[in-house]
Amino acid sequence: MTIAPERGSRSMRDWPVVFPPPYQGSRIPKRVPTILDVPAELLATGDVMQINFGPNHPSTHGVLRLIVDLDGEQVVGLNAVIGYLHTGFEKTMEHKTWWKCVTYPERIDYVGYQNAELVFVLAVEKLLELETPEKAIWMRTLLCELNRIHSHLVFLGTSALELGAISMFWYCFRERETILDLYEMVAGARMHTRYFQIGGLAEDIPAGFFPECRKFVEWMPRALDDYLALLDRNAIWLERTKGVGVLSAEDAIALGQSGPNLRASGVDWDLRRDQPYLAYDQVDFRVPCYRNGDVYDRYRVRMDEMAESVRIVDQCLRRLERLEGTPWIADDRKVVLPPREELHTSMESLIHHFKIVTEGFRVPEGEVYAAIESPRGESGCYLVSDGGPKPWRVHFRAPSFVALEATATCMHDALVADLIAIVGSLDAVMGDTDR
Amino acid sequence: MSWERIPGFVSVKEALGETTVTIETAWILDACEHARGEGFSFLADIVATDYLGWGDRGVSGYIGTAGGRDLNHPMTQGYQKLPESKPKRFSLSYHLLAMRQPPVRVRLQCWLDEDEPVQSVVSVWPTADWHEREQFDLMGIRFEGHPNLARLLMPDDWDGHPLRKDYPLGGEPVRFSEAE
Repeated sequence: MTIAPERGSRSMRDWPVVFPPPYQGSRIPKRVPTILDVPAELLATGDVMQINFGPNHPSTHGVLRLIVDLDGEQVVGLNAVIGYLHTGFEKTMEHKTWWKCVTYPERIDYVGYQNAELVFVLAVEKLLELETPEKAIWMRTLLCELNRIHSHLVFLGTSALELGAISMFWYCFRERETILDLYEMVAGARMHTRYFQIGGLAEDIPAGFFPECRKFVEWMPRALDDYLALLDRNAIWLERTKGVGVLSAEDAIALGQSGPNLRASGVDWDLRRDQPYLAYDQVDFRVPCYRNGDVYDRYRVRMDEMAESVRIVDQCLRRLERLEGTPWIADDRKVVLPPREELHTSMESLIHHFKIVTEGFRVPEGEVYAAIESPRGESGCYLVSDGGPKPWRVHFRAPSFVALEATATCMHDALVADLIAIVGSLDAVMGDTDR
Repeated sequence: MSWERIPGFVSVKEALGETTVTIETAWILDACEHARGEGFSFLADIVATDYLGWGDRGVSGYIGTAGGRDLNHPMTQGYQKLPESKPKRFSLSYHLLAMRQPPVRVRLQCWLDEDEPVQSVVSVWPTADWHEREQFDLMGIRFEGHPNLARLLMPDDWDGHPLRKDYPLGGEPVRFSEAE
């Protein structure tokens, strides 16, 4: 592996690692990469106590079970057990028409719901080779960035709450409410919107959305300053996050880490910039990247990302205001539901509506893998179609699932209290992990 | 890179902007090691697909009409056509990513019969650990050389592999539903 000598050395665009590693060598456990084994000589002393965290422990972000071996306060062994929220979404989706499947992905990652919905919709559109109108592309970008802010706010609020900064939770959820209100305005639902349809958007952008969203764009940077003022000079917060749960760039890539966890480890990699989808190649934004790979850097990456997301939302708003009156969904009556008004006057529209709702549309035979940068990292969707109206196979590459694989590696030299900080900083959503 | 140089290379297919390289099952570990050496340092996903009943009526509900109807031309009519047949029951896909500019993605794919094992790639990418356990748990693919091949998502004492096509929807037995 080649490592660039200093920050900002942009000539090495073929390798994204931009900082020297925080530790030499690899800390990934040798026997099983995801299980930290207690050293035999320590086990022989009889001082090791095994504690069961979860699955219903309040600070495990949902139903995550951690079997922890402790030598005093020191974590010497760890095994993460998942599956308590396994719902069989992938199996269920094989039995629904493509049209009905859109509701499921957002329930898989219920915090980054809009991005989860997007990756499925993009994968189906790739199979259909369907083009979406410009307005839909920009609105999707806008909503996905709002969703990224929402997801990072939930991360910030809950992980700070777990480390004792209770007021952070109230502040973060105040701004989260504003975002949910915006979603309610657009889609009628606060979460799980089903606003992205195969081909575009479900409805036109409602009147009054732009001024409300602009108010949010103007307010959010000030709220971010508040968060920084509350946390970033807080001695307890710094003490509990700096140098804790360190993950080097090499280990992060080997463990398949993506998103903020990867960028905190000094890997300058973001699919929005490096493999652009939607309108990300037409907006200006910076990709934050930090070098230490600890809990603090993971928090800083997310803080910086929120500021960048606000900038992207602002640019999308400017663009969308000029696109008023243009179509929001593709004009393909074999795939897209006809407009509601036409059902009263057009026999053909009624037939199309009936066929799509009852039988579903057929998607050409093939297999695709679509990947996007969700708030948690690379979110992928693998689809197989046999040419029928139902998917043959649906599979999600869940970033939370992969993030939890790194818990054992991050737990090097950690205390019980650090364990809470580390698990929180990996920002795993258990719905996404277990699917 | 030239895909033909991958050990166990069978064929390469470009479709929908994606590259699928088919590998002989016995060579998958060597192929993955080779790909990692070529810069595919990031394993995004491992996914198995069960093709039992592919093209039959009833398993997934419908018979395919893919070649018959062009979705982008509304007036074309469909005629019944079976989808392309598959070599074996299971496909196993490894989605790899090379982090460079521009990024390269490739799908390495091998085919497995029922009960045919495949070599584990945990030694190449540690992240494969849970991906392989998930596919073992839900699809029943046996990965030889995996250090801890236990169920991941389903309970340890679960019978069967839920994502297989012969595993019914709602397949969980309902207790006390019949006279016991």
